[in-house]
Amino acid sequence: MKMPAPDDALIARKAEIVRALRRIVPGEGVVSEPAGLVPFESDGLSAYRQQPLAVVLPETTAQVSEILRWCQANGVKVVPRGAGTSLSGGALPLADGVVLGLSKFNRVLEVDYANRCAVVQPGVTNLAITGAVEGRGFYYAPDPSSQIACTIGGNVAENSGGVHCLKYGLTTNNLLGCELVLMSGEIVRFGGKAMDAEGYDLLGLVTGSEGLLGVVTEVTVRILPKPETARALLLGFPSVEQAGACVGDIIAAGVIPAGLEMMDNPAIRAAEAFVGAGYPVDAAALLICELDGPEAECAELASHVRMLAAQRGADFVKTSESEAQRLSFWAGRKAAFPAVGRIAPDYFCMDGTIPRKALPQVLTRITELSAQYGLGVANVFHAGDGNLHPLILYDADIPGQLEKAEAFGADILKLCVAVGGVLTGEHGVGVEKRDLVGEMFDETDLACQQRVKCAFDPGLLLNPGKVFPVLHRCAELGRVHVHKGKLAFPELPRF
Amino acid sequence: MLDQVRPLKPTTPEEVQAIVAEAGAHARHIEVVGAGTKRAIGAMDPIDMVLSTQRLDRIVDYSPDELVLTAQPGVRIADLEKICASRGQMLAFEPPRWTRLLGARGEPTLGGVIGANLSGPRRIRAGAARDHLLGFEAVSGRGEVFKAGGKVVKNVTGYDLMKLMAGSWGTLAIFTELTIKVLPAPRTELTLLLFGLADVRAAEAMQAALNGPFEVSGAAHLPTFAARSRPLKAEMPVTALRLEGFEASVEARAQALVAALSSFGRIDELEGEHSREFWGQVREVEAFAGDPRPLWRLSLPPAQGWKGPHALPGDALYDWGGGLAWLLTEEPADKVRSVARGLGGHALCLRGAEAFGPREGALGELQGRVKAAFDPLGVLNPGRMEGAA
Repeated sequence: MKMPAPDDALIARKAEIVRALRRIVPGEGVVSEPAGLVPFESDGLSAYRQQPLAVVLPETTAQVSEILRWCQANGVKVVPRGAGTSLSGGALPLADGVVLGLSKFNRVLEVDYANRCAVVQPGVTNLAITGAVEGRGFYYAPDPSSQIACTIGGNVAENSGGVHCLKYGLTTNNLLGCELVLMSGEIVRFGGKAMDAEGYDLLGLVTGSEGLLGVVTEVTVRILPKPETARALLLGFPSVEQAGACVGDIIAAGVIPAGLEMMDNPAIRAAEAFVGAGYPVDAAALLICELDGPEAECAELASHVRMLAAQRGADFVKTSESEAQRLSFWAGRKAAFPAVGRIAPDYFCMDGTIPRKALPQVLTRITELSAQYGLGVANVFHAGDGNLHPLILYDADIPGQLEKAEAFGADILKLCVAVGGVLTGEHGVGVEKRDLVGEMFDETDLACQQRVKCAFDPGLLLNPGKVFPVLHRCAELGRVHVHKGKLAFPELPRF
Repeated sequence: MLDQVRPLKPTTPEEVQAIVAEAGAHARHIEVVGAGTKRAIGAMDPIDMVLSTQRLDRIVDYSPDELVLTAQPGVRIADLEKICASRGQMLAFEPPRWTRLLGARGEPTLGGVIGANLSGPRRIRAGAARDHLLGFEAVSGRGEVFKAGGKVVKNVTGYDLMKLMAGSWGTLAIFTELTIKVLPAPRTELTLLLFGLADVRAAEAMQAALNGPFEVSGAAHLPTFAARSRPLKAEMPVTALRLEGFEASVEARAQALVAALSSFGRIDELEGEHSREFWGQVREVEAFAGDPRPLWRLSLPPAQGWKGPHALPGDALYDWGGGLAWLLTEEPADKVRSVARGLGGHALCLRGAEAFGPREGALGELQGRVKAAFDPLGVLNPGRMEGAA
């Protein structure tokens, strides 16, 4: 993975840039000393590190607007950052760019129960939104596993998912509005508290745009009444194929579980050794199926799911009998990443989505690749929606292993695309999958996306080096090719 | 006059591409339609030809187990619903037709419904049409064939152009293939009815229902004139709350909801076929069909929904828990729009005035730049969505 070559002329202007930022954000809001910059060097994808020119931590939308306007006028690149938990390197700094951190935007501005929404600043953590409304029986549905730390602004940028998104959707399905500052410094608002807005759905377009279109300074999210009850089932199978078939049976029976997760044997063992959740360590695959709703519904569906699992040969079946037990069932899955972190010095978490029917084929191939690269792998899987998280185990201290792990990961993602899936289900493209985007999209597809970028940020100054393998100049992309005089398809009947 | 232009009906994406490229080369303008049932919505600058996607009408793939269906844009919604129903599934956003409402003929198509982002009463629970579009292939106004998204239910690769295309009314690109999410259809449904509530009180009842763990999948309020028809035949306002799902669950939630709404008076039930018929009428705004007055659709914060019609003399009924107000009014268009905006929402006129409000300020300019990114020459549906000139 290579970032675009930094502009030495910009790096030479560091003192001037820092002075300009200090004029906008006084005091400690601008960090420029190397020691102070260390915490900002990387995000959740810690394999890549880079010190930025400076970090600026504004407190108001007006400051964000001024910073962006100054940076645009002076050709300075900007990398927006929330909590820095991105797993795809979305907040990786640039040597010749400024990091714009939103951590001081940490207030819940309004909770409007009558309209079932909350207006929050982008630096509020995902879990804090639920924290602000749970006293009245509400919650915010998307629950990425980093929800204690990750911020809603970052969730909007990445369109984050979580274990409950099969039933409740990703971030994009749970937003009503936002305030966005463009690179020009202009402030625009999309949506509000109504269910839809006028004109093009720019809220939907900006969600998941990975910080390339604008800086989110306020978000209005939907909040939902908490389900009356929730129950989880652990279902162990002697083979991955049987577990996969069982997932298909559950969906075919008309059941959309609140969560439906699969772990393979290495992941089961790692998680069990770490938290002792009561997982069957000899099972080839474990399903965690959560049902929520009224007690009567949970009971009925739980017995139905147990029957389906038995028919597919499940040899371990356990149903949670209390809220504490339900949480303990989840504890293993939620700790899967750190658990794997204990059995290997480093790991890469991949994020492809596949049609579920391709699961056995994909897992078999991953096992073969694992042997070929000589690197271990554990699989956790949002089975309900086909979102696969293979964790590639490596040791960065052994020369060549990082590159090997990168190549292994690329092979897995190419495989996902080849079987009809996609490169990323919820982590984003970032820098990690940037150079693989061509596996899914051709030059024309990417040109259409980049012209959207140009409509928002014609100078290409916001978070460059992410998402697109090559950033073409906007003037070049905007050119209209007119096929003069040549009548395409002259034989086409004109009805 | 438009009706006299015989539409071009390409049968392959290549033909669509050829027509658009040719139009661009000769500075021609194309009106893009499916079945053409919504063409009266929104003014358009003069056009030279009409392109209908009706003959791009193949279902490419349907994988019920994966909850995914891929089809060409000209497939009729009625046919899609039939195919999904045969596998116990549905288009969860409950697409409305609005044919009787608009006095149009024809059967709406998938491309048209997604292009206009049309969603029925279940929108409050299942999301809008835009939430169910997973990927597409299209021909942009530049005459380029491009794709976005994927054919799986969870994907964040690249910009979410699906959201942009849904509700773009054919102004950016012409769909040639769409992949949508389908969901299991509920086993049963039950509607609870409250009687005689004034609009404000009805808004409170709907709020109480939607703010509890009852999973209400339809919340509408009909004043007397709208409650008179079958199957209600009521001589007073009726507020309706729909519950869907597995039998035991619906029963349990109905019990709990009845208890929660005890202060709102007598509660009746509509079951099965009657419930379906009723929500079909809400979805199609049947009560307003055939009325010559200008017809407005106000999208407002649900708790404030009733305030829109109360500031604008006319007749109104409510869906989406009060967040969608249907209004027949003779009030001037700019007044309707300004009332809706003042309440934090917006108004769309379906009949009797320009549909879309004018684009304004930095947001308006941004909308214009997005249009130009896909269709710099203004080949597709010129002037549509840009508001009254």
